Parts: sequence; structure tokens; C-alpha cells
Amino acid sequence: MKVTEKDVAYVADLANLELTEEERARMLRDLNSILEYVERLSELETDKVTPMAQVSDRYGMDNDESRKGSDRFAYAIREDVKDALRKSLPHDVAMKNAPDTDGTFFEVPKVIER
Amino acid sequence: MRDNVMTAGKEIAERENSGRLTIDSIRSAIIEDRTTATALAADFFERIRKEDSGIGAFLTLCEERALAQAGLIDQMAAEGQPLPPLAGVPVAIKDVMVTRGVRTTAGSKILDNFIPPYDCTAVARLEAAGAVILGKLNCDEFAMGSSTENSAYGAVHNPRDKSRVPGGSSGGSAAAVAAGMAVATLGSDTGGSIRQPASFCGVVGLKPTYGRVSRYGLIAFASSLDHIGPFAKTVKDVALVLRTIAGRDPMDSTSADVPVPDYVAELEKPVKGLKVGVAKEYFGSGLDPEVRAAVEAAIQKLAQLGCEAVPVSLPHTEYAIPTYYIVATAEASANLARYDGVRYGFRAKADNLSQMYRSTRDVGFGMEVKRRVMLGTYALSAGYYDAYYLKAQKVRTLLTRDFDEAFKKVDVIAAPTCPTPAFKLGEKVNDPLAMYLADIYTVTANLAGIPGISVPCGESHEKLPIGLQLFARHFDEATLLRVAAAYEPARR
Repeated sequence: MKVTEKDVAYVADLANLELTEEERARMLRDLNSILEYVERLSELETDKVTPMAQVSDRYGMDNDESRKGSDRFAYAIREDVKDALRKSLPHDVAMKNAPDTDGTFFEVPKVIER
Repeated sequence: MRDNVMTAGKEIAERENSGRLTIDSIRSAIIEDRTTATALAADFFERIRKEDSGIGAFLTLCEERALAQAGLIDQMAAEGQPLPPLAGVPVAIKDVMVTRGVRTTAGSKILDNFIPPYDCTAVARLEAAGAVILGKLNCDEFAMGSSTENSAYGAVHNPRDKSRVPGGSSGGSAAAVAAGMAVATLGSDTGGSIRQPASFCGVVGLKPTYGRVSRYGLIAFASSLDHIGPFAKTVKDVALVLRTIAGRDPMDSTSADVPVPDYVAELEKPVKGLKVGVAKEYFGSGLDPEVRAAVEAAIQKLAQLGCEAVPVSLPHTEYAIPTYYIVATAEASANLARYDGVRYGFRAKADNLSQMYRSTRDVGFGMEVKRRVMLGTYALSAGYYDAYYLKAQKVRTLLTRDFDEAFKKVDVIAAPTCPTPAFKLGEKVNDPLAMYLADIYTVTANLAGIPGISVPCGESHEKLPIGLQLFARHFDEATLLRVAAAYEPARR
């Protein structure tokens, strides 16, 4: 068992989840079984392998190896932001899905305890 | 006059049962005044009401929007204006793509009441090309699953055998096409979620190259792996939909500025002389003998069409599933942090903010979503980042290099889409690892970003569809579709 009950509680806390007792027990079992399967990655020697975070870094968007740094991501510049700011959603439209609002702001339960 | 048109519309809709109703046939029927887009849409809504209670593909119907669009098409036809390429075609959209004014849930209770204020680019492009959007399709919650049993709104049943799953996560998209409730649909594919359900339901499903189709308005699961793609009954219809939705979108900085070929015209080119790679790693233990036989027969058919079968090796294939489930869950844990009950969606009642976040997510998310958020958070947490996330990113490079090497020798690679035909509802729900292994042949294309398609290639002795999967080089959907289209009539 790699993952302990303490780990489950700690990770749930990081992920802003509470989880019921039953869910914690299932999580303990499932995470251990999945991570045991993932363990096989350690069979591979990867010390000299470059990590790959995304496909567009290697392919398609810009294959020009001579360009370095942010120049390689020039394709990602949004024309609407570069030239002129795109119009935002009207305030009332943006607030329409809010669970709780005073019409101007999102309202939430008390943040600071006295 | 009106009655005649309605009757003709019915006849045309009935042809859908035999799979002969295609995008082109609809367009010419409208141009030649044999039906109207309005009559056709009405027939499809009627069919959905009759058929879908036993399938569960649709979560929301948008009749008002559909009939308004159909009315526009009919008006254009009446005025003799040239009709756009998808004029009057009844389509439906996986409920992970936002639709302005039409409820979008991602299959989750946490978005039960969410009415998006804008349209997903792919949806907007379909509508601009004349398509009529009938509604939103059921899927695994946040596209996390391989059977559509993780939807908060009930499972989807496979139209070919209702005791079986349609695959997932785009189970509703595949089932709707298979049952003739839409001519084409959009799905999303993060680890096989278009190709696997296409295979299980006996339809065509395409995952394009990473960057080929804008993801603006796609509810994010794992951003470096998420793709949007089409389902239809024929390769040509899939090509028509891809041509419509592909191409650079300023609203998605990961969409590529790469020219979009005329995929339909490309279908006409010969396949003679193309090299089809066959990797032994996709035919190992765990592959159902009937699936193996059907896929091997398909490869022989391609050889008869003049393609050359060439053995290739993709040596890291066995590491694809563990790599995928670390990368995908790590990204998911970050993407799903936005569901906190503050700006939209469900909010649980609580006395303080931190308790509100927790209760909202506890009640709003289903078990599989929580499991993946937990796994991803663990893999990214201090002390484990190098061992899991960084390691998986490095193996992702190795898996991608496997394809780089193979595509130096071949034009496409042929493989099974899934190790088995559709499994029974409930069969794998209590064993997440067994469920994850259903994606064993599909996840690598997402990690590498290459395009993949599933086309029907036969049936098991229980009459369950089997899918042939083809891969091609980055941005070479033209060759992928061409080989799939050449195979399609040869099979029959």
C-alpha cells in the first residue's frame, strides 16, 4: 500500500473535497490499485528524455527550430488582444448564472471569521 | 403542397433507417424541393421522442433554435439562393460543448442549471454551414469514462444491443447516429472518447490532429489531450463535417494556422501504393479473437486495394495507459478547480466559504470525477511530482517518438479500435482499472496528437460491431480519410 489514509485526507484537502467515510475507503483502495499499475513506468530509463507537456510544442503550430523562446509561440498571440481588446460579455449576461449575486458582485458566505 | 412536402420528408427520414440519408442527399432533396429543412427537423424530433426513451442519448432538445435555423434554410431555398454545404442537416452536440442559451451540463450535477452565454466555435461553424442543431447529447461526467455510465443523468444504452454500453465518453454522440436520431454529431476525444464509442455502436468517428479543430467553448478535461471531432455513418460525411469545423480560430491559441484541405475532394485520390503499418503491439494478449480476425481481414482488404502492409514497431505501447492516466488526471485536477460554486453552476449551502467550496464539490461531482481529481492532485503534490507527473511527461515523449519512427516508413497505421466489442452495462463500473484498459489502443494518439479514425469492419458472432482504427501523421487527415473511404465500400 503506497497511499495511506493520511494521504487520502491530505490530498482531499488540497483538492477542496470533503469525501464521506465510504468514499475515502474506496479512494484508498482505487488509488493504490491504479498507482500500482502506474508503477511500471519506472521500468523505463528516462534520465536523458525531454519531458513533453503539450503537442503544439513539437508539432504543427511552429516547426521552425531556429526560433527560440517566446518566438516559437508567436502563433499563440491572440489577434483580438494584440490589436484591440475584444468586447467583454455585458455585465448582466456574465452574472446570469451566478448562484448568488447583488447584481454587481458575486456573493459568497462569510470569508473572515471574527 | 405542404402535406406533400411533409410526406416526402417522412419518406426521406425513413431512409435514415437504412443508413442512406447523408449530408449530400439532404442538401439535394432540399434544393430539388423534395423536402424542407423544417419537415426534416420535425421528423427527427418525432423520431427522437419515439426512440430515445430506450437509449438515453439526448439530455436537452433545442427545438426552437433548430426550427429557426431550418426556417432560414427553407427561405434561402425558396429564394433560389445557393445553399451552404450542410444545409438542413440534423446534427447534435455532445453536452461538453457550450451552446448559447441552451443548457450545457457536461453530464454533471454541478452544471445542472448552467445556461452558457456563448457558442463553442465548432458548434457556431456547423450552424454557419447550414446545419440544424437538434440538441445536446449525454456523456460521461466531464467526459471522464469509457461507457457513458458516469453521466449524472443516467447511462446511455447501445442501440445495437440495449443491454450493452455504447462506449464513452461520447456515448450519446455515437448512439444518436447509430439509432438514426441525427445524421452527424460532434463528440470530444481525450483518450479515445470518439473512436471507442464509434467502434461499439458501428459508426464512423474521427479524432483530428491536436490543433486541427478549435476547442473554444469545449468544457476542459485535460487540455493537452482534448480534441473535438465528428461522428457520422459514412467517411464522406465525417470529411464534410471536418472541413466545416477545422482551421485556425483566434479564440483558441492552440488551434493551428495550418491550411485546411478539401477533405471531400481528397477522398477521390487513389490509395494504391500507400503503405499501411501494422504494429504487433496492437495485436497482443487481451485482444478478442473475433476483433483480431476482423481487423486482420480489413488489412487484407486494404492490400487488395493496392496498399502495402508493412510491419512497424511501437515499442512503448504498453506504457500508454499509465502515462495517460497520470497526465490526464493531473490536468483535470487543475481544470476542475474552477467548479467552486461562486460564479456559475450548483452551490451547496454552507456557513463559511471554505466549507461552501467543499460541500459544493462533494455534492456536485460524481465518484469517477472525484477519483480522477484525487489521483491528479496526488500526482502533482509535493514529493510525488517527479515520480509521477514528470515521469509520465517523459514517457509521453517516448510514445510520440515511436510514431515519428513508424511514420518514416508508412503513411497510415492500422489497428483495432478496442480490444473487445461493447461490454455489458454494469460490467466494469466497480473496477476503474478494468474500465481504463478499454482505452488501451486509443490513448496513445491523444498523447502524440496524431489523427485517428474508427470505421466499422465487421461484427462479432453476437452481431456486435467491430471497429478498424487508422492513424496518420500530424495534419494528414486527408490520407486517413482517403484510406478509410476506400476501405468502406470494399468491406460490403
